[in-house]
Amino acid sequence: MFGYEFMREAFIASTFIAITAGIVGVFVVSRNMSFLSHTLSEIGFAGASFGVLIGISPLAGMILFTMVSSVAVGSLSAESSRREASISTISSLFIGLGILFLSLSSQSSSYATNILFGSIVGISAKEVQQLMILAIVVIVIILVFYKSLAFDSFDHIGARAAGLKTRFLSVAFLITLALSVSIGSQIVGSMLVFVLLTLPGATARYLVHSVPKLIMVSVGLSLAGVWLGLYLAFVTNWPVTFFISSFEVIVYFMGLSYKNWKLNH
Amino acid sequence: MIEAKNLEKRFGKQLVFKDVNFKINDGEFISLVGHNGSGKTTLVKILMGLEKKSGGDILIDKKQTIGYVPQFRNIDLDYPLDIEQFVRLNLKWKLSPEKRRKDNELVNEILEKTHLTELKNRPLGLASGGEKQKAYLAQSLLNDPKVLILDESTASLDVEVKMQLMDLVQELNKRFKLTVIFITHDYELSKKYTKRALFFENKTIKPISINDVSEDMFELGGR
Repeated sequence: MFGYEFMREAFIASTFIAITAGIVGVFVVSRNMSFLSHTLSEIGFAGASFGVLIGISPLAGMILFTMVSSVAVGSLSAESSRREASISTISSLFIGLGILFLSLSSQSSSYATNILFGSIVGISAKEVQQLMILAIVVIVIILVFYKSLAFDSFDHIGARAAGLKTRFLSVAFLITLALSVSIGSQIVGSMLVFVLLTLPGATARYLVHSVPKLIMVSVGLSLAGVWLGLYLAFVTNWPVTFFISSFEVIVYFMGLSYKNWKLNH
Repeated sequence: MIEAKNLEKRFGKQLVFKDVNFKINDGEFISLVGHNGSGKTTLVKILMGLEKKSGGDILIDKKQTIGYVPQFRNIDLDYPLDIEQFVRLNLKWKLSPEKRRKDNELVNEILEKTHLTELKNRPLGLASGGEKQKAYLAQSLLNDPKVLILDESTASLDVEVKMQLMDLVQELNKRFKLTVIFITHDYELSKKYTKRALFFENKTIKPISINDVSEDMFELGGR
């Protein structure tokens, strides 16, 4: 399958996406932000169609929209009790806008399905390069703030008591989340990018008990999912998203069963 | 030593407390007593520098790091970290192997002090209420605090477990001359473990001997 250039590009791109999503996902799950990451992917779709409409790249549109809205949601929902409602509000607005932008632009609907559901044939070498740079930016941000971010994510109250600047950390994390969503949407599509941002991280919690190990397992499961998905999509010509999400869901349930089994033994 | 001189705090126009004068000596084990809303947490926040005073003075030696053990935490059954990893969250990132080795020694020492060594690999989500409180305590000890503030840490525990935790705190207080500030609604514990209390009433705070406290001072409600 590596005889085809588009498969090579897709392979490199999805490897970077999986690594980023695997790392960020550990923090998404421990910060209870699964719903937000789902919403950001819908917002990413609106951003991409906005990009198409005004003639900038869909990726740039996505980054613009996800960043602005994630920081907006973050500041609207400083009280966690208000988070769900503010996320719903912002996502409703953006889904509406996305549909409007798409109908205003002259692109065909197949383009929309690519943004929504992902495509392995659509990636150019230049886009792969952009993805790699963005992925590296995300990883560097996480590395720089790793200790404080881990403290805040796994024990928010303790981190505040220890005097960490949790507000700043939260915004920094939302920015990396927005970037990861934009990156992930390129392959698995904006509707399902949250699969990679939540399931591997959630599964890892049933298997290991330290932050570095959680990250390793999450990245491993994420990589396994996209590689297997790419291969199966190539062989069967079915959508890559289907294989990735099925794999991650199956592994999640296996992890959950393992934890329950261990509790009883 | 911690000393308050004519300390005053307001939120906007609302007075929390004023004319507050007290001293807390190094190595003292003192209770903070008063109804809900009387300003106990506000005073603690001022001590920790998280809240600004509105008037007067509060004197704390800058070198006196404060360890704070909060009342509530969101640790559910699926919480993934084990007790040791949870405690280690409060460590800074260190590159040099020498410093990392020292950190490991420190963590082992604190797990030992808090009687958690045997339990260090247990996922915190599966730990009992008392074990969790010990883990919270251990985590806040990592910064080598000179002052430890316990915010109703015993509130949700059985009598026996409460005593165990308080015995542990008392041991730390005596062995390491740790100043302990104990916010509580528990009359019995306050009587048993502390010699003095700061009593929050009528918009002010008064230091009183533990012999002068009465059970109604510990009631939750009212103002």
